[in-house]
Amino acid sequence: MRITVGAIVTDAGNTAQTETGSWRTFRPVVDAKKCTGCGICWIFCPEPAIGEGKPAVVDYKYCKGCGICANECPFKAITMVPEGRG
Amino acid sequence: MIEVRFHGRAGQGAVTAARLLAEAAFLEGKCGQAFPFFGAERRGAPVVAFARIDNKPIRIRTQVYEPNHVVVLDPTLLEVINVAAGLRRGGTLVLNAKKTPEGISGIKVAVIDATGVAIETLGVPITNTAILGALAKATKLVSLNSIIKAVRNYFGDKLAEKNVAAVKAAYERTQLMKLS
Amino acid sequence: MKQILTGNEAAAIAAKLARVKVISAYPITPQTAIVEKLAEFVADGELEAEFMKVESEHSAMSACIGAAAAGARTFTATSSQGLMLMSEMLYIASGLRLPVVMANANRALSSPLNIWCDQQDSMAVRDSGWVQLYCEDNQEILDSILQAYRVAEELLLPVMVCFDGYILSHTAEPVDVPEQGEVDKFLPPYELPHPLDPERPVTMGPVGVPEYYQEIRCMLQEAVRVAEDKIAEIDRAFGRRFGRRYGLIERYRSDDAEVVLLTLGSLSGTARGLIDRYRKRGEKVGLVKLRVFRPFPFGELIDALGHAKAVAVLEKDVSLGSGGALFIDAAAAFIDVARRPLMLNFICGLGGRDVTQLDIREAIRVAGRAAETGVVRRAVRWLGLREKIVGLRPKL
Repeated sequence: MRITVGAIVTDAGNTAQTETGSWRTFRPVVDAKKCTGCGICWIFCPEPAIGEGKPAVVDYKYCKGCGICANECPFKAITMVPEGRG
Repeated sequence: MIEVRFHGRAGQGAVTAARLLAEAAFLEGKCGQAFPFFGAERRGAPVVAFARIDNKPIRIRTQVYEPNHVVVLDPTLLEVINVAAGLRRGGTLVLNAKKTPEGISGIKVAVIDATGVAIETLGVPITNTAILGALAKATKLVSLNSIIKAVRNYFGDKLAEKNVAAVKAAYERTQLMKLS
Repeated sequence: MKQILTGNEAAAIAAKLARVKVISAYPITPQTAIVEKLAEFVADGELEAEFMKVESEHSAMSACIGAAAAGARTFTATSSQGLMLMSEMLYIASGLRLPVVMANANRALSSPLNIWCDQQDSMAVRDSGWVQLYCEDNQEILDSILQAYRVAEELLLPVMVCFDGYILSHTAEPVDVPEQGEVDKFLPPYELPHPLDPERPVTMGPVGVPEYYQEIRCMLQEAVRVAEDKIAEIDRAFGRRFGRRYGLIERYRSDDAEVVLLTLGSLSGTARGLIDRYRKRGEKVGLVKLRVFRPFPFGELIDALGHAKAVAVLEKDVSLGSGGALFIDAAAAFIDVARRPLMLNFICGLGGRDVTQLDIREAIRVAGRAAETGVVRRAVRWLGLREKIVGLRPKL
């Protein structure tokens, strides 16, 4: 990190350098049979770490495991599984 | 340095009167300073304003405690305030009044019915410009012309001419007397 | 051209001459006339600027920060409670290194409610990373605001131009208003190095984690500290163009003085005439007027006061529980200096109390006695109290 006048960050988009996937304690697992590809998880993911498509694809490099996608999925197609299991 | 104290009520224009006096002196090549002292700000409350005139820049920033002259814009203030407090020997009290007041003695007094003049020329009882005509006549601190110029600089076209009329009328009608 | 102007009018005209692009302010006595005048300039088409009406001073400063971050020359004005409400955002303006310029018409703080002059408001935010200039007369207000933009933009620091409420804000006196063309030459348009711009995205105000926060603050401290040289340099440049300069401090008949008054703002004017009278009687009394309070000019002050036997610091503020803010810094200046004057502090003129020449004479008398005896019996005193105040326990 560079120390700048006023702590202004001049290299745009540098949050991508922080791989937040390591923060996760639960991982979302998509059930391809139930997923309709409606895209609601893609809209709600705050990171964003879910791509559009059928079935939805989670980017585990950045997914923090917040569980919002599982909560919002109208088809109960996403399950939160503890890391290290399943 | 000459110091003048103005007494009025908020809304009568005492602050503007002090400013116009400073400006008139400035137009004559002197230095002028004018400033108000406000109490709690509300219309009708007694207001004091001060003006200083000198040939060199004025740096002092205190209120005026021993004025060379005192100007009273509202006759009802005489009952409430000792308007002559601290007035220097030889100084003049310029009063807006219909007649010579009682109970004041030993000083020079200039009397003008400034309210009458203001009603006549402006249509409202704002006495600041009229009283300046009286001050110019009584003290010769600044010339009538300089007051008129200052009034024209300060007010917009139409208002300026009405106020100039007030200054001139008051200048003509001011009565000077020494009360013993 | 010279004309009769109040301090507030001089401040508004200065902002107009600086060609400010964004003005955001909330009305408060005794500052209101400044932004009224600027709103008039904008409405009449005399000034091409955005006048942002806001619901509070906090929002006014926020708007100025946003505008400055986009690269616009910005201006605001406030007083007293308004400055207090702004205080959170003051630290953000300096932390982001944005060159906002503000006029502060000094006014007392509540409670009790008081609309009149003292300098408690700006002193309360002296640690906020803003450059603080204090003005003695209306000419200095106008000139300081013009200088403030150069200082702010060259150093990327916000600048607060302080002047005594009513005593200057409402006093009409001659002010030389410079030509627009001359001001344009002194104060060219500026460019913020990293403005908010979608073509060149930047992040302003990120989290400063413990590993980095301290370094960022240290950079800010260094920037404010070394601003001294830049302020002096810009003041000299201003002097060459307009024939008026003020310095970081001004010495008035103080070089051989045994008793020296140290003052801020309009009090200095009242003190001058008095000093002349002492001098006429052959008494070695002088005055040092401090114009730049932040950064505090330690070196110049040591140089100006070091020879004196006693220094009387007169000021319209108090750091409650300690002494006057100016006194604390002035005394600290001599901490490592072997030859130092006795220091006395006189708190005066709070909440609009008139500081008369009689009051200042009392300060000189007390300081003179200290100089003679070499003893300071009480360092912090109050001038002109109506009665003796003993306040150990509340008595209703």
